[in-house]
Amino acid sequence: MEAFTTHTGTAVPLRRSNVDTDQIIPAVWLKQVSRTGFEKGLFAAWREDPTFVLNDPAYEGGSILVSGPDFGTGSSREHAVWALQQYGFRVVIAARFGDIFRNNSTKMGLLPVVLPGEKVEALQAAVEADPKLEVTVDLVERQVRWADEAVPFEIDDYTRWRLMEGLDDIGLTLRHADDVAAYENGRQPWLPTTV
Amino acid sequence: MGRTLAEKVWEQHVVRRAEGEPDLLYIDLHLIHEVTSPQAFDGLRLAGRKVRRPDLTIATEDHNVPTVLGPIADPVSKTQVETLRKNAAEFGIRLHPMGDAGQGVVHIIGPQFGLTQPGMTIVCGDSHTSTHGAFGGIAFGIGTSEVEHVLATQTLPAYRPKTMAIEVSGELPAGVTAKDLILAIIAKIGTGGGQGYIVEYRGEAVRKLSMEGRMTICNMSIEAGARAGMIAPDETTFAYLKGRKHAPQGEAWDQAVAYWKTLRTDDDAVFDKVVEIDASTLTPFVTWGTNPGQGLPLSESVPSPESFDDPVARSAAERALEYMGLTAGTPLREIEVDTVFVGSCTNGRIEDLRSAAEILRGRQVKTRTLIVPGSMMVKKQAEEEGLHEVFKAAGAEWREAGCSMCLGMNPDTLKPGERSASTSNRNFEGRQGKGGRTHLVSPQVAAATAVTGRLTAPADL
Repeated sequence: MEAFTTHTGTAVPLRRSNVDTDQIIPAVWLKQVSRTGFEKGLFAAWREDPTFVLNDPAYEGGSILVSGPDFGTGSSREHAVWALQQYGFRVVIAARFGDIFRNNSTKMGLLPVVLPGEKVEALQAAVEADPKLEVTVDLVERQVRWADEAVPFEIDDYTRWRLMEGLDDIGLTLRHADDVAAYENGRQPWLPTTV
Repeated sequence: MGRTLAEKVWEQHVVRRAEGEPDLLYIDLHLIHEVTSPQAFDGLRLAGRKVRRPDLTIATEDHNVPTVLGPIADPVSKTQVETLRKNAAEFGIRLHPMGDAGQGVVHIIGPQFGLTQPGMTIVCGDSHTSTHGAFGGIAFGIGTSEVEHVLATQTLPAYRPKTMAIEVSGELPAGVTAKDLILAIIAKIGTGGGQGYIVEYRGEAVRKLSMEGRMTICNMSIEAGARAGMIAPDETTFAYLKGRKHAPQGEAWDQAVAYWKTLRTDDDAVFDKVVEIDASTLTPFVTWGTNPGQGLPLSESVPSPESFDDPVARSAAERALEYMGLTAGTPLREIEVDTVFVGSCTNGRIEDLRSAAEILRGRQVKTRTLIVPGSMMVKKQAEEEGLHEVFKAAGAEWREAGCSMCLGMNPDTLKPGERSASTSNRNFEGRQGKGGRTHLVSPQVAAATAVTGRLTAPADL
């Protein structure tokens, strides 16, 4: 996973709530068995509308998506994270996230940032007023900064450390293989196997 | 202080706990299907890793499979299914492929085999894994990175979610089902209401539900944003499990039941949040919008966006009405549909098919009506009971098992502008086919709607 410390870029305001993962990447795109090429499917249905924000040249190159609440609800498809990353997003800011999407993001190095609803709104308005506004998402300081605003956000220490180091969870868990083996010896005898 | 059911099951599975880190949780059962696993197996190969416990892993083909006999026509779908077969063979994982008697939707077959048992931790690369919590375990959906993690280690690092009790008092009136109850719950707490929580469904109305009904409830926990949903095991649970292929036998059964009986929230346990709902006031429920929280009793009318105080809810309603092609004030009963879909991991079990058949018996459908059993075992049982003859006589299509029109990854889709009454779980834009419009309903309402061609409760017939 790509390490994340601080990112500065321009933002894209997505003024919608309940952006479910079926919208982020429709099911037809999930048939691929590779990990690449999902940027073409990002918001595929919405992008057919010429007025959709990603079709607005003013926001071209934006790397921080600023969305309404409940972003990433619904299906567990990690393809939603891959599509956002492959399109060029490094951060999604919203007041609330679907739990599975948020989890998937942190496994891949896409930073989900929870800000209070009014701050999300303020950032969207600021970006709409000036699409080239520079926005900094600082994981080290746990802060989002733009113009003269500096808004703190919360993220647990462990996830922050893992993102900053770009660490792979499996490698970390395998360090505790002995604990796993010990646990397995004590499992209840009636638990089923699939064989 | 006492502990909740969720806390008991969680603690039983902690492999390692360290200050400032998530718990490392052991996973008792890992379910796999073709859509969210290929990249995980690739990851294992790249790192030279093996599947730690193929004997705690089971795979099935469900999302892409056609529900008419014959091979998969779409070459991309076919490649995905073939990739699963190759991976299952290479890593030694039991697979139920298309045509196999054990094939079906992943969340239908686990319980049918008796692999889903009380007190277990169960994961799958699919958000509706919450279904399995109906047996009193912790079951939740994960992404492909976590699928790879579980394959490699049989564990997951995770923080324990907060606990929420949804207390359902009273009794469901006749003709009101588990589906109506969960749709009403989601409308009440919202699609984000459960975020960060494991929900335990409790109370008289829940206790009286069959295992099928309990699975319908837990299945849609994710639509309220919850990480998982669960129901304490009881005699109904034990009776469902006894004698199933992978359920404990003989002395092991007695040991297991003795333990399972301890899996209940202690009387003095405290939930982080409590929500109360009175089942006796409920009536058949349908969705009108494009998220599962946008639902109302069928007796009401399409709401006006102005009726929402919250500006976010108001703009969501405006957008939903536009997408759904609906006008505020239209009675929900007057909405005409083109297609009725009965099936999915929410409502594709035998009890669902029985209740739809009861309504269709001796009647004719007016719309395209797809009846898709959740598994080949459900299909077989339905045919033994003669339900397929009832459906066919009514003019409905009797199909093979799979996810089908719930998400339209196979050829069962809506065309742009088409409208369905669907027993599935998501009314998202384009979920059942690009431009398709979905109303979520119970199997009973679906069947009654098929008869009249507009949203209808069985009592209206």
